[in-house]
Amino acid sequence: MKKMNTTAAAPAPEAAVKQRSQLATVWMRFRRNSRAMFGLILLIVIILIAIFGGLAIDYDTYVVKQNMTDRLQGFTGTHPLGTDHYGRDILARIVHGARISLSMGVSIIFVAFGMGMIIGAVAGYFGGRVDNLIMRVMDIFIAIPYTLFAICIVAALGTGFGNLLIAMTIALAPRFSRVVRSAVLPLKNQEYIEAARACGTSHLRIIRKHVLPNAIGPIIVHATLEIANTIKAVAGLSFIGLGIQAPAPEWGAMLSEGKTYMREFPHLVIIPGIAIVLAAMSFNLIGDGLRDALDPRLKN
Amino acid sequence: MLRYIGKRIFWMIPVILGISFILYSIMEITPGDPAVIILGENAPPEQVEALREEMGLNRPFLVRYADYVLDAVRGDFGSSYRTKLPVFDEILERFPTTLRLTVGGICLMVLIGLPVGIVSAVKQYSPADNISMILALVLNSMPNFWLGIMLMLLFALQLGWLPSTGASTWKHFILPCITLAAGMMASLIRMTRSNMLEVIRQDYIRMAQSKGATEKRVILNHALRNALLPVITIIGLDFSALLGGTLIIEQVFAVPGLGTLIITAVRGKDVPLVMASILFVALLGGFINLIVDVLYVYVDPRLKSQFVRSAR
Repeated sequence: MKKMNTTAAAPAPEAAVKQRSQLATVWMRFRRNSRAMFGLILLIVIILIAIFGGLAIDYDTYVVKQNMTDRLQGFTGTHPLGTDHYGRDILARIVHGARISLSMGVSIIFVAFGMGMIIGAVAGYFGGRVDNLIMRVMDIFIAIPYTLFAICIVAALGTGFGNLLIAMTIALAPRFSRVVRSAVLPLKNQEYIEAARACGTSHLRIIRKHVLPNAIGPIIVHATLEIANTIKAVAGLSFIGLGIQAPAPEWGAMLSEGKTYMREFPHLVIIPGIAIVLAAMSFNLIGDGLRDALDPRLKN
Repeated sequence: MLRYIGKRIFWMIPVILGISFILYSIMEITPGDPAVIILGENAPPEQVEALREEMGLNRPFLVRYADYVLDAVRGDFGSSYRTKLPVFDEILERFPTTLRLTVGGICLMVLIGLPVGIVSAVKQYSPADNISMILALVLNSMPNFWLGIMLMLLFALQLGWLPSTGASTWKHFILPCITLAAGMMASLIRMTRSNMLEVIRQDYIRMAQSKGATEKRVILNHALRNALLPVITIIGLDFSALLGGTLIIEQVFAVPGLGTLIITAVRGKDVPLVMASILFVALLGGFINLIVDVLYVYVDPRLKSQFVRSAR
């Protein structure tokens, strides 16, 4: 840190040093936060299970193939978490469900935030009329409750991974554009942005190289927390039959199927729910930890 | 102030128009022919074609949309394809049930969430604080509908204390209301806690303490009042989100509310009903947000003075 102050004459390497050191500080603060670390370890475990468990358990023979002689079993040696009403192994379905939920949650947020980032950054950076026009249009999208919006789009396009991704993106991106805009807005009149502009840097380059990197902290925090919400939302849509559909082992769809038998076989609805809670919790913990690490003033 | 309210209401017009256009476009690409939906799958093609002509379905999309808007401005939102009843009759029949759920959920959330948040801030880092933070985390990570299923499993199916589905008596509303409240409580607890923590460190709190005011008085009279402000916004936001968000909970408990109506309408491509019910929810949400914003100015004198200054 000391060296940085004395080498102000060499701007390029300094920027590199500073960037790395900031990342290192954030990681250091994150590592000290036991809750955040618990979330990170939980997520890593879930990802490993999704990858290797998914490889070890064959999808066609264990996850979707019906086996009526084994239906509705309790916890046994061959089926550690029991079987469902089609005799399918619940553990196998939960493991493969992790693949669906994680990839849905991450890809929806990635695409929706990508869109929101473009819209919000343009609105916040240019300001004035452009900002006004863009944000008024976004207001229209935001005024539609987002579950309702997603349901309508899914009904129009049909269910399935791709359509759900489109539906959730259209419903979520306008909300994210607002988040990005509010992160970009205070940067707009900073001196270094003005300096870049005075050097003749193009708007696109300023947004990419100067505005977004400085606004990225709160955006990443928000995105991480939103992954948790998206995992819950996808499960909810699948639960009412408008998301990923059976026989795919989506956790919400499993809940929906198991609900019919829950009086006698409560494990059919308890286990998929716990899986959703753990997955969402890992992202919530990491998001909270990142927020505290990025801006210690906000702690509490 | 009146000018501000007028302006906000005026702004709702383009928003509502925009929503109606977006929804109309979505309904347009939704598979299904309205004439077939009305007449049934087995209707002869000539009859379907005649009805299409009569309903004006063969006209271009924009003409039909303009027609819809003009009718809507005159107060005619059309009739449901399925029941043939005017859509607002249907909506107003279902709405009280959803409103009861929503209001019950909000009240429960405030009654439990607020005290938990306050205790958690006042006794920061105590076991009580840790427990309530873990509670907030778990509630925040739990899908609402799953909590509903768990509550139903325990209180309705295992213990038999409460009915599991339906909406005929007040007892039917207990579990859905708890479910709704729990979903939003997490953010309320966290918000109350962080606001209280911030306020507690202000000079005027130390001042009140040094003047010898009792702990209870300082917390309730001085701190809470200031910490409550952002909480009002949360409640307002939740209220409008809830109106749209009760739909999955209504499915879990088979409550015949607005959410169930909308899902059935969307699935059956009941265009007039989908349009009107979502516009209704959005408009209501807009008004609730407006009321909250206005209340906010009245509750917080600092904002009021700011507002007066900027208005000049």
